[in-house]
Amino acid sequence: MEEELDYIKLASNKSKGKRPYFHDDHAVERVLNITMAIAGELAVIRERMDSIERLLEKNGTVSREDIENFVPETPEQEEQRQSWHSEYISRVLRIVQQEQEEMENPDKSIEEIANDINEM
Amino acid sequence: MAKNLTPVWNKVAKHAMLPETTHDERARYNFLSNLNKHLAHVSHGTKTAYETRVVPKFRKKHGRDIQNRTELKEAIEKDPHYQIWSSLRRSTMEMRQQAGRSLTLRQATSLRDKASALNEGKSTLVLNPEVKVPEYLLAVDNHIMPGSYHTELLEGDVTPAANYDSGIFVTTAGLIGRYNDGGGKAITTWVRQNYPEFKPKRILDIGCGLGHNVLPIAKAYPDAEIIAIDTGAPMLRYGHARAMDLGYKNVTFMQMDAAKTIFEDESFDWIQSTMFLHETGGKSIYNIMDEVYRLLKPGGLTLHIEQPQYTDDMSEYEKFMRDWDALNNSEPYWSKMHDIDPVELMAASGFKKEDFMQIGAKAENDLIEGGVNEEEPEDFGRSPIWNVFGAIKK
Ligand SMILES: C[S@@+](CC[C@H](N)C(=O)[O-])C[C@H]1O[C@@H](n2cnc3c(N)ncnc32)[C@H](O)[C@@H]1O
Repeated sequence: MEEELDYIKLASNKSKGKRPYFHDDHAVERVLNITMAIAGELAVIRERMDSIERLLEKNGTVSREDIENFVPETPEQEEQRQSWHSEYISRVLRIVQQEQEEMENPDKSIEEIANDINEM
Repeated sequence: MAKNLTPVWNKVAKHAMLPETTHDERARYNFLSNLNKHLAHVSHGTKTAYETRVVPKFRKKHGRDIQNRTELKEAIEKDPHYQIWSSLRRSTMEMRQQAGRSLTLRQATSLRDKASALNEGKSTLVLNPEVKVPEYLLAVDNHIMPGSYHTELLEGDVTPAANYDSGIFVTTAGLIGRYNDGGGKAITTWVRQNYPEFKPKRILDIGCGLGHNVLPIAKAYPDAEIIAIDTGAPMLRYGHARAMDLGYKNVTFMQMDAAKTIFEDESFDWIQSTMFLHETGGKSIYNIMDEVYRLLKPGGLTLHIEQPQYTDDMSEYEKFMRDWDALNNSEPYWSKMHDIDPVELMAASGFKKEDFMQIGAKAENDLIEGGVNEEEPEDFGRSPIWNVFGAIKK
C-alpha cells in the first residue's frame, strides 16, 4: 500500500511567485483572509442546516448519509439557497458597499449637518 | 435563475471522473461562486474610486494627468477601495484553490484508479514521459493553482485536472455551461455557420487541458479524427478518461509540446487552441505559431480563442484592470501578450496578412434558457466573451 498524501497540508499550499498584498499593513490582509475563510465556513454550516431542515420536513427523520447526498430538488429550492448566500455576503461586506455609495455621493459630516440644521 | 444568482454547483455535469463531493464541499463552492459574483458587481466601485479620488489626487499633486500604466498603478494602489476589492478578490481565488484541492487530494488514489481503469489498453491515450514541461510553465503556477498542470503527487496522478474541472464552474460562476465547454460550442457553431462546406478530416487541438472545449468539436464532426495535445500528463489522463466515460470515440489525447510536435507537414485541416496562448511565453508563442503553420494543410483553418486584445481606444484604466488578473491571479504572460499584434504574430510564421480574421465569441450556456448569458458588468478578462483570431492558410 502506498503512502497516503498529507492532503490537509497540501491543499493549502501556496502557488509560485511572491504573494501580492494590497493593504498598506500586511496584518490587515492577513486578518481579512482569516475572516473571509471563517465567513465561508459559516455559510457552509448554514447550508447544511438548511439541508437538514428540508430533509426533516420531508421525511420526519434524517441520517448523515441523507445529508451528504442532499442537493436542492427544485429550482425554487436552488434559488432560495443561492439567495441566502448572496444576502449573507452582502451583509458581511456591507461596509464596502457603503463606502462605495459615499464615494458616488459624497456627504457632509454629521457635525456640518448639525450646524446646518441649527440654522433651519 | 432570477436576481442574477449563480447556479448551484451540483448543476455541473456529472461524469465518472468528476471528484466526489461531500455536502459541505458543495456548499463551500456555492459560497465561493456567490462571492465571486458579488465581487464582479462590486468591482464597479474601482472605477468610481479611480475617477473621483485617484485622478483628482494625482492632478493636485503633479499638476497634470496620469500618463501611463506605471503611474496609474502607483496612484490606484493607495486607494482604500481598490485595496479592499483587490484583497477580497485575491482571497476568493485562493479559497477556491484550497477548496478544490482539499476535495480532490483526499481522493487522489481513487481518482487515479478510476482514470487508469477507463484508460487501460486504449490506443487513444498516448503518454510520453520524454516530453519536457515548457520552462514558462515551470516558472509560475498559472491562476495560482499550486503545482500547475503537470505536478504529480503520486504515480499516475490526475488531481491537477480534477481540481481544475471541479472548480472552473466556481471561477466562472457557471457562465460557460454545465460541461464548461461554452467556448468550444461557440466556435463550433461559428465554423458551421460560416463554412458549411468545410468537412475537416483531421483536427488538432493544442494545449487541450482536460479537453473541455475540444469535445464539442469532436461531437460536431464525428467522422473527423481529432488529436488533442498537452504537456501535462495528469490533464491527459483525466481528460481521456472523461472523454471515454462521456462516450467520445474520435479523440486521441497525446502528450506533446505544441512547439515541437511529431506530426507531418500539412497534415491537419483545422488547428484550434482555446485559452491557451496567453499561458505560454514570449518566444514560445512564435515557435508554436510556426508549428501551426507547418502542420496546417493549404486551405486549412486555424483559430485561437483568447481574451480580448487591447485596442487603441481602450483607456489606460481599462488596460490596467485587465492586467489585474494577469498579475494578481498569476497569468503573467497574459500581461505581455496584450502587446503582441495577432496579425504580426501570424504573419511572422508565414500566414498572409490578408488571410487574417478576427471575430468575437460569446459562451453558449446550456444552463439557461436560450443559451445566452444575460449582460454582466465588465469583469476585466473574466467575462465569457472572447476574441477569436486566426486564418485560412493559402
Ligand atoms: C488553460 S489550459 C487550456 C484549456 C483548454 N484548452 C480548454 O479549452 O479547456 C492551458 C493548457 O496548455 C497546456 N500547455 C501549455 N504550454 C503547452 C505546450 N507548449 N504544448 C502543449 N500544451 C501546453 C497546459 O499544460 C494546460 O493544460
